Amino acid sequence: MVPFFAYTTVFLLIPTLVVVIGAFLSGGRPTLGNVRALTEPAVISATQHSVVLSAVTAVGGAVIGAVLAYAVSTARVDGVLRRFVASLCGVLAQFGGVALAFAFLASFGATGFLTTWLAKVGVDTGPGLWLYEWDKGLMLVYLYFQIPLMLIVFLPAVEGLRPQWREATETLGGSTWVYWRRVAAPILFPSFVGATLLLFTNAFSAYATAAALVSQGSPLLPLAIGNTLTSEVILGQENIGKAMALEMVVVVAVAMTLYAVLDRRSSKWLAP
Amino acid sequence: MSGNRAAARRKQDVFRWVTIGVCLLFFALPLYGMLEFTTRGPGGTRSAQTWATLLDFGKVSAEYPALKEGFLASVGLAVLTVLIMLVLLVPTMTWVRLRLPGLSRTVEFLCLLPLTVPAIVLVVGLTPVYAWVTYLLGESTLWLSLAYVILVLPYAYRSLDAGLRAIDVKTLAEASRSLGAGWGTVMMRVILPNLRTAVLSASFLSVALVLGEFTIANLFSRKNLQVAMYELGKSDAQISIAVGLAALVFGFLVLFAMSFVGGPRSATAAAPRLRRTRKESP
Amino acid sequence: MTSMTSTDGQGVAVQLTGLRRTYGALNALDHFTLHIAPGELVALLGPSGCGKTTALRCLAGLEDPDSGRIEVGGRDITSVPTSRRDMGMVFQAYSLFPHMTARQNVEFGLQLRKRSTQERRTRAADMLDLVGLSDQADKYAHQMSGGQQQRVALARALAIEPQVLLLDEPLSALDAKVRTQLRDEIRRIQLTVGTTTLFVTHDQEEALAVADRVGVMRAGHLEQLAAPEELYARPTSEFVADFVGLTNRLPGTAVDGHADVLGGRVPLLDGSATSGEVMVLVRPEGIDIAADPAGDATVLSGSFLGAHGRVTAETAGGHHVVVQVPSSAVAAYPPGTRVRLTARGDRALAVRAE
Repeated sequence: MVPFFAYTTVFLLIPTLVVVIGAFLSGGRPTLGNVRALTEPAVISATQHSVVLSAVTAVGGAVIGAVLAYAVSTARVDGVLRRFVASLCGVLAQFGGVALAFAFLASFGATGFLTTWLAKVGVDTGPGLWLYEWDKGLMLVYLYFQIPLMLIVFLPAVEGLRPQWREATETLGGSTWVYWRRVAAPILFPSFVGATLLLFTNAFSAYATAAALVSQGSPLLPLAIGNTLTSEVILGQENIGKAMALEMVVVVAVAMTLYAVLDRRSSKWLAP
Repeated sequence: MSGNRAAARRKQDVFRWVTIGVCLLFFALPLYGMLEFTTRGPGGTRSAQTWATLLDFGKVSAEYPALKEGFLASVGLAVLTVLIMLVLLVPTMTWVRLRLPGLSRTVEFLCLLPLTVPAIVLVVGLTPVYAWVTYLLGESTLWLSLAYVILVLPYAYRSLDAGLRAIDVKTLAEASRSLGAGWGTVMMRVILPNLRTAVLSASFLSVALVLGEFTIANLFSRKNLQVAMYELGKSDAQISIAVGLAALVFGFLVLFAMSFVGGPRSATAAAPRLRRTRKESP
Repeated sequence: MTSMTSTDGQGVAVQLTGLRRTYGALNALDHFTLHIAPGELVALLGPSGCGKTTALRCLAGLEDPDSGRIEVGGRDITSVPTSRRDMGMVFQAYSLFPHMTARQNVEFGLQLRKRSTQERRTRAADMLDLVGLSDQADKYAHQMSGGQQQRVALARALAIEPQVLLLDEPLSALDAKVRTQLRDEIRRIQLTVGTTTLFVTHDQEEALAVADRVGVMRAGHLEQLAAPEELYARPTSEFVADFVGLTNRLPGTAVDGHADVLGGRVPLLDGSATSGEVMVLVRPEGIDIAADPAGDATVLSGSFLGAHGRVTAETAGGHHVVVQVPSSAVAAYPPGTRVRLTARGDRALAVRAE
């Protein structure tokens, strides 16, 4: 009991407090300067990029992942296909960072096999620089772990749809379309939104993949925070890093709270 | 007689195969890219040289000391993280269930809190803490595991919580106490054996997370597997990518195997609910 | 209750002819034929896997028969999709839409039929009233008990004034007490609205209690279809005798339409083996028991079951015989008592001794 609380205090609560308090300190004195620094154009654009990247890949990943989850759910419950896809997605959802960045470089980079192949059939994708841009390549790369994550999070919800609901709809005179629009969609909606929020935070807090791909500038919030830690910076800069970190925690906390609320509702509907 | 149902089922089959096929193709492209890249030989030929090197452990450690160092560090980190996590969580969670149910919400909150604290933020907050760790314990990479325990906390908590939920800890403990067992015996001989699957899955998730960790190690300038791969990627990309692909395939094989061993309720496999056509059981 | 009168009285006839359905090597339905008269309630009874649910699902259109014909009200509906068959169906459990209240569930089918809001409201209220849940109209499924959920499901099925009502083991997920209560209520409601009904169950007591006729199914075909009393008193096969009610199997000798068994003589039912060594299937209430030091049977145990009791005795031949006695008499036969057992004169079925 005591070890647990001591440990979490030192390695979880103190760091959190360091961030929260540090965000309002400068040179040992309380200040709002760091928070004000969040309105600097560089920080604002990093925040914007992060939000857009996370939102787009969350929604895109959620839609594609949901369709995939439904397709998988129509396969046999204990079949090899389902186990195969579930296991693969289990690995790919965690497959961030360096290896993922390399994988895309090897496929879509300047000498990647797809780029070469496309060039052969006459499609010129340019020198492969698009891959490093946050609103092109990064989105594609992020989708690569967002879709599998969606499958893992959303598959249980899809499987919670009872065959009786479809059959009841049919006997009451409803078509397949009616079933999806009036029954399945409303039932899955809370889970879907919840999962999308989870995907959003997942993308929003990802650092490794972006760090491995983007070598110049700090177009994203996590990269900007990382920069304040590694580069030799002027005094006071590290507290601006704390303010950005706090901003991140707030965004993620809001999303996760909403997720928890939605998750509770859908589990009531889908509980056995 | 073909019938409405059969037609609908055929349509569903087509939809399933097309959807899964397209997604798997997307998943396969970068993986194939990795394989293709690691088998490139000089002058556009195919060569298994990279993989031969990788399989020859002596050669790897001689030619790529950084990779060996990072790999060993990551393995050490994984073991240490799992140990600390188990020592910290299992007794605490069991004890809360037995004696202090009032604290369960606090423990749950603390364990799930890291979900809202991204690794990059944790790094920011941990900087002063690690100044002390380095001062007291030295510079070893292994001390990163102290921070990794926090990262794996939510996932480990969920696995163990599911495991504890499935057994009636209270009755088990009371039964063994009434038979004369001390608390130590209850823990080691009664609770732990019943939690085997949960402990296993919590450990597996932790290992997977630690082996893939890059953010904290990189920003604290420590060398684990991912950092080594990242740095190596700049000079010898082939071997670096080969390691990444090998790790991925290994992870997949472990998960796939576990989905058969653990039955339909294991880590990622779905709960055994019936879908689609319900047939009369023969 | 004005809107309800429209379904009162005359239901429609259902005719299933030569239905076949196979799952791989398994014959779920094997030339299954069944006629249900207008307004009648027929229960299909049988062990799991006998094809009873498949038969009901074929009628609902949720399964396609491999061959055979389905007619409702004289119209061939074999290839009509479920949504246009006009069947009200109650499932085993969990069939209520979880995101709708009880009222919205009941109104759903009417909404699909584009009925006016006013009509929907009235009809839903009537239906919830019929199943005794007027005060639960705004509850969600997870706020109701299993029995209440099944009542709402029944109201939902009846709201669309279906041609046929299909009940797929609607009581099997409920507690014993709720089960008997709802069982009687289903019968009352079915008699009120007069809808032709097919009821599938594996519980023989349930089938005997609610149905006009009970069809015992085995391996995809009807073994016997008869009124409850007849099914119980005059089973035509060993399978039916065994499945419906409790039965003793006792060795005897058949002669001339009678059998000598347990020191008594019983007339044999049609379809019995008529001569030689046979096994006679005798109900527990068809045997008299009397304490007799000279008797050749010994009491093994007695149990008190409420309205009546049962005594199990072992005969000299080593056969265990269950006898029904008045509950007050159980105490008169403690274990070890020597008793004399005599078969009474009720008709019984005899089968060839193996």
